[in-house]
Amino acid sequence: MPKIKAPARSPHIDMTPMVDLFSVLLIFLLLTASFRPSEVTPIEAPNSVSEKQAPDHDIMTILISKDSLVFFNIDNGADTTTHFRSKLLEKMGEQYKITFTPKELEKFGKLATFGMPIKDMKAWLNATESKERDKYQKGVPTDSTDNQLAWWVRMARLTNLSAEVALKADAETPYMVVKKVMDLLQDNKVNKFNLVTNLMKEEVKISDLPPAQ
Amino acid sequence: MAELIVEEKGKKGGKRRPKKHSTRIDMTPMVDLMCLLITFFMLTTAFSKPKVMVITMPEKNNSDQLKNAPQIAAIRTLNILLTGEDRVYYYMGMADPKKPPLPTLEKSDFSKDGIRKVLLLRNRDLFTKIAQYRDDRVKGKFVVADTTAENEIKKLKKEDRKGPIVLIKADKLAKYKDIVNIIDEMAICNIASYAIVDMSPVEADMLKTAPK
Repeated sequence: MPKIKAPARSPHIDMTPMVDLFSVLLIFLLLTASFRPSEVTPIEAPNSVSEKQAPDHDIMTILISKDSLVFFNIDNGADTTTHFRSKLLEKMGEQYKITFTPKELEKFGKLATFGMPIKDMKAWLNATESKERDKYQKGVPTDSTDNQLAWWVRMARLTNLSAEVALKADAETPYMVVKKVMDLLQDNKVNKFNLVTNLMKEEVKISDLPPAQ
Repeated sequence: MAELIVEEKGKKGGKRRPKKHSTRIDMTPMVDLMCLLITFFMLTTAFSKPKVMVITMPEKNNSDQLKNAPQIAAIRTLNILLTGEDRVYYYMGMADPKKPPLPTLEKSDFSKDGIRKVLLLRNRDLFTKIAQYRDDRVKGKFVVADTTAENEIKKLKKEDRKGPIVLIKADKLAKYKDIVNIIDEMAICNIASYAIVDMSPVEADMLKTAPK
């Protein structure tokens, strides 16, 4: 009688379900990942012990670079249908008598941090290459004669009522420049600031207390 | 790990069959790549959130508040003057040109034994209370939610009547990081009340003559 041979099993494992699962995970992570947007200017934030996290939406960020240039950024809000950025630009256009086309408004909605006098805004929006765009980033004017930053803040407050303010300044920025911006914000009834910092742990225990004198 | 395709050598001579290729594709490299990508995304998404330090300033130009502005005891007042280059000066009390002599400025810095020691020494009671509370919570002597613990610490700070009232004043030479550093020290030392205020001309003069 011939022996019954067990069919030779291939040592392969079917990886298809695993690949399926991985694909789903990968696509999910790809879509949800919020990439750090390329900054207009390198900013080295100061260190602090604060562990509070910045809110991810409804936040307007004012960046102050080492050489005291001011940049502005606001997000579109939690909901994709709100289009806060486009609305903000429209309001600014009305304020400064500049008409932006719907296409320009839409493009502004997709861009991030900006810093230029409002008259250069159109050129910035219509620049096709990012290098060309970067040369317009000269900072929002903040002098008392032409305080465009104040208008940006005011209009942003009107556009998104729940927007908080984050201040991201370089550690080496003169304090007077930051103070000027803070004063301007307080004039617009912003009294709560989120100062963006890097976390650096530091702790003092009871045992470290200096002896009483 | 590629699959070996073992060619069946012609048995019995006879008909030549076209080679049979396996229909399987080796997915191992693809899986490897995906693993890498997934790990990469998982790690980068979690870390990209910046940290913030929240400060709330009193409302400006509020006549109601100005009228009821809190009168603070000069004895408890600790003035900190910032003037850049990591230099910190401090004095107790008030610098009033009408009431000489003017207090002398003490020099300090942002190191561990600098201004922190000064603050801890004066805020000893409150600091011990809060640190004790935090320690007990970590050790598990009682279990409370984060918000409850925060409120409890806030209450401790509010009840404090001994600690210093710190007035932070920065001049034109001060850098942004000086302000952040000093507010940070307030957080580390659990100072109950502090404020950022403008420097008076008297204090600016005092800084000019202060030892470098």
